[in-house]
Amino acid sequence: MKYCYFPGCSLKGLGRAYEESLLPVMAHLGIQLEELADWNCCGATAYMAVDEAKACVLAARNLALAEKHGGQLLAPCAACYLVLNKTKHYFHDYPEMKRKIDHALSAVGLKYAGDTPVRHPLDILLNDVGLDAIRQKVRRPLAGLKVAPYYGCQIVRPYATFDDQYNPTTMDRLLEALGASVIRYPLKTKCCGGSLTGTVHEAGIRMVYILLNEARKRGAHCLATVCPLCQFNLDAYHAQVTRRYGNVVVPTVYFSQLMGLAFGLPEADLAFKRAAVPFSWRPPPARAPQASVAASK
Amino acid sequence: MKVAMNPQRDGEIRVGFYICHCGHNIAAMVDCPAVARYAEKLPGVVLSRDYKYMCSDPGQELIQRDIREFGLNRVVVASCSPLLHEHTFRAATEAAGLNPFFFHMVNVREHNSWVHTDRHEATEKAKALARAAIARVAHHRALEVKKVPIHPDVLVVGGGIAGIHAALTLAKAGKKVYLVEREPSIGGHMAKFDKTFPTLDCAACILTPKMSEVGTHENITLWSYSEVTKVEGYVGNYTVTVRRKARYVNEDLCTGCQECISNCVYKEPKFPDRFNEGLGKRKPIFIPFPQATPQVVLIDPEVCLNFKRGQLTDKCKKTCVEACGDKKAIDFTQKEETREIRVGTIIVATGFKTFDASRIPQYGYGVFPNVYTALEVERLVNASGPTGGEVVLRDGSHPQAIGVIHCVGSRDNKTNRWCSRVCCMYSLKLAHLLKEHSHAEVYNFYIDMRTPGKSYEEFYDKLLTEGVHFIRGRVGEVTDWAMTPEEEGKLVIRVEDTLAGFVRRIPVDMVVLSTGLEPQADAQAVRRMFNMSCGSEGFFLERHPKLAPVNTFTDGVFLAGACQGPRDIPDTVAQAGAAAAEALVLIDKGFVEQEPNTAFVLEQECSGCKSCVPLCPYTAITFDEAKGKATINEALCKGCGTCVASCPSGSIVQHLFEDDEVFSEIAGILAPT
Repeated sequence: MKYCYFPGCSLKGLGRAYEESLLPVMAHLGIQLEELADWNCCGATAYMAVDEAKACVLAARNLALAEKHGGQLLAPCAACYLVLNKTKHYFHDYPEMKRKIDHALSAVGLKYAGDTPVRHPLDILLNDVGLDAIRQKVRRPLAGLKVAPYYGCQIVRPYATFDDQYNPTTMDRLLEALGASVIRYPLKTKCCGGSLTGTVHEAGIRMVYILLNEARKRGAHCLATVCPLCQFNLDAYHAQVTRRYGNVVVPTVYFSQLMGLAFGLPEADLAFKRAAVPFSWRPPPARAPQASVAASK
Repeated sequence: MKVAMNPQRDGEIRVGFYICHCGHNIAAMVDCPAVARYAEKLPGVVLSRDYKYMCSDPGQELIQRDIREFGLNRVVVASCSPLLHEHTFRAATEAAGLNPFFFHMVNVREHNSWVHTDRHEATEKAKALARAAIARVAHHRALEVKKVPIHPDVLVVGGGIAGIHAALTLAKAGKKVYLVEREPSIGGHMAKFDKTFPTLDCAACILTPKMSEVGTHENITLWSYSEVTKVEGYVGNYTVTVRRKARYVNEDLCTGCQECISNCVYKEPKFPDRFNEGLGKRKPIFIPFPQATPQVVLIDPEVCLNFKRGQLTDKCKKTCVEACGDKKAIDFTQKEETREIRVGTIIVATGFKTFDASRIPQYGYGVFPNVYTALEVERLVNASGPTGGEVVLRDGSHPQAIGVIHCVGSRDNKTNRWCSRVCCMYSLKLAHLLKEHSHAEVYNFYIDMRTPGKSYEEFYDKLLTEGVHFIRGRVGEVTDWAMTPEEEGKLVIRVEDTLAGFVRRIPVDMVVLSTGLEPQADAQAVRRMFNMSCGSEGFFLERHPKLAPVNTFTDGVFLAGACQGPRDIPDTVAQAGAAAAEALVLIDKGFVEQEPNTAFVLEQECSGCKSCVPLCPYTAITFDEAKGKATINEALCKGCGTCVASCPSGSIVQHLFEDDEVFSEIAGILAPT
């Protein structure tokens, strides 16, 4: 299996831990990722809000490059995933937008036909790789680890391409395959506050608090996320949240970090250290890991 | 029925042309006198007139007088849609002694004046249409209408209130009725309801007398636990195959004493009871509900100990057989039977299903035990329900606050777009009953309160004074994440209160989802079996939404009740009566007249390729193996023309659409002015 990898700015910056854990995990599963040459910013949600046409052109350049390269585009960052998909939808649904995109791309000698599939890692892991193949790679089942699966808004809204819009379960099933206990987390698609933490700080902090507090009340050892911005919001504002609402410390990690851990990859190589709130987990000594693997089969 | 007059052979064609003003409907957009003057000069036209209302008596008399005085042998009227007045003008033509099929109609209203905005262009279009019709009518042949006798028996499919009312109406008129019901008892959804809105009379009290009347009426053959599997034939002459499922109890011998149930080896009821929406339990041998009709028990072979995986094992002690004693009604060896009946007309009253609430995961049905559907609550508040009418939740508690969420699976682009019409009213009814039975605070969450019906708005007013809370807004989610200590352990309803203008969180103990109405899961299969159409939402399609609301596109098949679209009990009963009356019209007339626009095979030219046979949507074409030719049953043919267009050798011809008729019409419409 081979995919064209679109890191976007997050996975090279704020969300570096996502890339640093996803790449070794994918390699471990025998998936080849080739980084898209000469990729540019996806425009994220911010640019969409300012100028839709320009934002779509920006994203479409990446789609055109990927199409030229051939194969499917893997976009791990939730914002990239949404913007690239949205551009594709707009390209097909609105002739005026297609005209603008065609015109702009032709200026740099590019052409976008609208075919390249934009895929999310969860989609690939569940539908291309399959849970059975993943279970076979588990060396260190996450027995006893209680995880709150947190999807955020962007991978299921407005387009629910590979999961349910209101009750996504792909990450739940993935984490269960790793041996973790997935708690029922009703806020799994509720907003993390997005950029509100930077603009209307009080409102943003409140949203972060709601998510963390509910995870804490339900006994989660950590939240697992698929989005660099969600991870940042849930990780970086603990001090402010604690000052305002009291102690609600729960670490937030990428699902890919938990996969690496379960696969038995060296913990030091999975970028856990990059988070502000430390996450650590040791399998409970009482239960032998091998036995749990058998049980999970 | 064939060629009586050929323009080339039988001499002069004398056409009379008439264009109708239809008040202003046509005249406002089409210059009718100009069209009449234009038509006058066309070949074969003897006279041409414009008139204010051609369909009026003087208009019809005008045609008749002209036929006599001017020796017309063809008539063309340009007016409204043939669906409205073709029969009127055909009758007028016939009354003057001319074959009615020498008349042809041009639609210059629906196809012209109503849809155009340029008077000059519309007038030119009217001229072109007139030209085409005048060119075509010259080639018309005299045809005759065939009469087919009608079998007087009627099949009613579905034993809900619609089927019950239709069957009783027909039976009282002296007609023999077969009522086929899929479930072990008739009664349908109405039998499950506690009270009916807005009068709050007990549903069972008004329904069960009708049910037992069905059970005892000499003209009604009631086949419960049975399904129609095949329908063949045509209006007046249907052959219907019915599968009667095995209930392992002889219907004729069982008296409904229920001793067998009391003496079953299962001392306690153990299996989910479908009639009570799974809230109650029943034994392997059971009767669906106390007033079931017929009063006959049945055995569920999936759970009865005398069976294993539905196969008879004879391993149970069979205490039920002992209890039945000399009646000997229990018969473990019973097999399903197939019956064939002949009927002339069919009433389809197959009802609806309620929306599957788990399709909206954010409302938590199936996740939170205390989230109920409205139909479950009907059973919960019912005196003969699983709790005897006491509002006890699945976790054993009594609710202090209850939220009723409207429009679950209705008026929603993501699920069903239609309004289910009954939910606002039944939600009000349930709010009233829940308050009466539990003294809880009741909140109704609605988008719009839709209460159009006799005394419905007054019922809503009454609820407002009873202290039920009304919050306008579509509920976002039902959840269990608490923000405050008061919300801990509660179900929290998050909703934008669109009257107050902010998002509210209402903690409750019980949620009632007012699920909408949907077509039955097998509606498409039923549609094909009875040769009906479905609208885009999947409900059966009536022939005309206003003027033929109980007819279908298949003659002799009528619709009653919610299989045609969501409706409440009064509307259902009214429609069922109407369907019965439509069936009576056919039966008492004794025959049907068939439009002669049917297709026929020119036998000497048919190559026997059979390509037309599967294409016919009305299964009117059969293949005569002996002759090696296709033949068309005229009684079944609807004149759709599919076979005519598809025949590779051009050996199928359709009356009124023969080649010379169609080509001269095309030539006429394309000819220069």
